[in-house]
Amino acid sequence: MGDAIAVHGLTKQYGDLTAVNSIDFTVPEGKVFAFLGPNGAGKTTTVEILEGLRRRTSGDVKVLGLDPWTDGLELHRKIGVIPQDFRFFEKTTPREAIQYYATLFNVKVDASALLELVALGDKAHANFDVLSGGQKQKLGLALSLVASPTICFLDEPTTGLDPQARRGIWDVIRKLRREGRTVFLTTHYLEEAELLADQVAIINHGTIIAEGSPTQIIRDHGRPERLSVDGPPSLGEFLKKRLDRAVTVTEGHVEVQMRDKSDALVVLQAIESSGLPWTGFATVSDTLEDVFVGLVGKMDDGVLGGAPKP
Amino acid sequence: MNPKRIGADFLVFSRGFVRNPVGLFFSLVFPIILIGLFGLIFSASSSTTVTVYTENLDHNSPLSVDFLSALNNSTYVHIQVVSPVTGQTFASWLAQQGDSVGMIVPAGFQANYTNQTPVNVTLYTDPSDASSGGIAQFVVTGVANSFNLASSHGSPIIGTTNQQVGSQVFKYIDYLVPGLIGFSILTSPMFALVEISSTYRKDHLFRQLSLTPLTKGEWLTAKILWYIVLTIISAAIMIAVGVFVFGADVGFTVGLLPFLVLGPFFFVSLGMLAGSVSRTPESAAVLGNIITFPMMFLSGTFFPVSSFPPGLQAVAHILPLYYVIDGMNQVMLFHNNTRALLDLGVILIGGVVVFVAAIAAFKWRDE
Ligand SMILES: Nc1ncnc2c1ncn2[C@@H]1O[C@H](COP(=O)(O)OP(=O)(O)OP(=O)(O)O)[C@@H](O)[C@H]1O
Ligand SMILES: [Mg+2]
Repeated sequence: MGDAIAVHGLTKQYGDLTAVNSIDFTVPEGKVFAFLGPNGAGKTTTVEILEGLRRRTSGDVKVLGLDPWTDGLELHRKIGVIPQDFRFFEKTTPREAIQYYATLFNVKVDASALLELVALGDKAHANFDVLSGGQKQKLGLALSLVASPTICFLDEPTTGLDPQARRGIWDVIRKLRREGRTVFLTTHYLEEAELLADQVAIINHGTIIAEGSPTQIIRDHGRPERLSVDGPPSLGEFLKKRLDRAVTVTEGHVEVQMRDKSDALVVLQAIESSGLPWTGFATVSDTLEDVFVGLVGKMDDGVLGGAPKP
Repeated sequence: MNPKRIGADFLVFSRGFVRNPVGLFFSLVFPIILIGLFGLIFSASSSTTVTVYTENLDHNSPLSVDFLSALNNSTYVHIQVVSPVTGQTFASWLAQQGDSVGMIVPAGFQANYTNQTPVNVTLYTDPSDASSGGIAQFVVTGVANSFNLASSHGSPIIGTTNQQVGSQVFKYIDYLVPGLIGFSILTSPMFALVEISSTYRKDHLFRQLSLTPLTKGEWLTAKILWYIVLTIISAAIMIAVGVFVFGADVGFTVGLLPFLVLGPFFFVSLGMLAGSVSRTPESAAVLGNIITFPMMFLSGTFFPVSSFPPGLQAVAHILPLYYVIDGMNQVMLFHNNTRALLDLGVILIGGVVVFVAAIAAFKWRDE
């Protein structure tokens, strides 16, 4: 299996601003790739370059072997796109929109089934301008699927959706993957990426700062697993002296970093030997979100509540 | 150009148009209101018969009476015989009357006519009321000609006048119908496309369309087709109102169709071009108005260009809408097909240029 997307040294400048700074990544065929990053990191810019909607400043980009900018017309028959701020003709209904796309792409499509797939069946005959934000988003997804694309580019497809609808979209993404399609996804919901993505890249200020499968990224960039108990701050002080391990204390809550799984026994023994009152223990490990906040926070250090950069 | 894709885009666009009451109102109801308004204003003030105050100094000789009744028979003028004015000139007396057309039949009119000696009927007209003066002039000249003809051939004096005169004179409403059809061929596509070009850009709809196999040319063609349909419908309505409500003497001839097709072709393209070369919606609107407003008034929409002073006539000849309206006048009123074909040629060539320029100028995608 080859790469659906290959990017080398991609740079995009808006005037003086370097929105994307010489990034490299590849997306294997048939995988779900999640592209993560804080607001303004350069996600949409990158996606739009891959979709052939925006011209790159420099670098080498191949999508299905095509140059997205110069071979746009050919590429657009093979990819499906939901832009971040999807809009459509105000006085057109979802069903009409799907039929319109079907004719443009010269494909036969079961409009009702497609609308059911994105849970928009009940709004098949409502004009676009009266759809809710989430319903508009769902129509965007439906339209991106009309031509059975090889790659789906979904720029924040679940932003603004209710929890149920988000799960609906997840099911659609899983289905696309089962059908062997490649999905390029951006999202601010880290658990979504952790759940769906085979591959993740995190971009910040136009530079990729972490890349790999979610577990790989957590292993490479996360803290070790921790054992946590509820107890007084004095327990924390006791453990700091007793154990040669990182200890954090927060409001009646003590966390001790473990060296490995069996380390739990050593830590528990130390807690018990303190003679101080303690309850309930659990092991805690980093989620992708913890890693993300850690990585992005490190770079923008001070942005989240601390002192601003000098 | 793929007809299926053009058809699909036409369908979506026309549905959107019909579902938007404001757009529909301006495209179909507004022209009717315009023709109603102008028809009422102008047919009331310069009612189709022009009153001509006449001094008959030939003492009601039989020939002068025949001459005046021939004029009356034309139905375009009403001869109001007045007793000879004393104490001031006829012209200044005439100026005091509201109406400004007068005529003097000289003494010896019949005698001179019988002797075949030249004799002049004097017509008084006011340049500020050119249309009344023009009508009177046409009718009097026509009747005088037929009298001259009758005299030289020795055949009956009265009889052919009505026909000769009638085919030459047009009422204001006759000019108004093609003028206002031209007005809506100009305004409704221009304003719509300038607006569309900026809102589609703002809402990223061009970007959305660029992700489909639809091409810019197909998209613009679908817009042109829709405005052709709209133009034909509104032209039919305006002609019907003109003919049945205001008695306009125009027909919905086949010769009109090329103008109803090429007119929207030109102005849809021009509107898109104006919207595309502008960076912001505001500057697009300004540019659209700069292009539209002079044409709205100077192309023969509300008044025939032939009634303009020569300087303005020259200006009119560089305005594209002039050729649309002039062409429609040629087929609807003057039945001058050669001139109409010439006008069509100008619009066609201009239209192709603007269409190609518009497609080159507007961008599907961001740089
Ligand atoms: N057309 C543009 N002209 C100038 N600057 C732009 C343009 N589009 C984006 N930018 C800038 O480029 C940077 C990256 O923007 P981009 O939209 O790619 O971010 P993003 O990662 O998608 O953010 P978000 O999560 O908020 O969607 C931002 O600083 C933005 O202000
Ligand atoms: Mg974005």
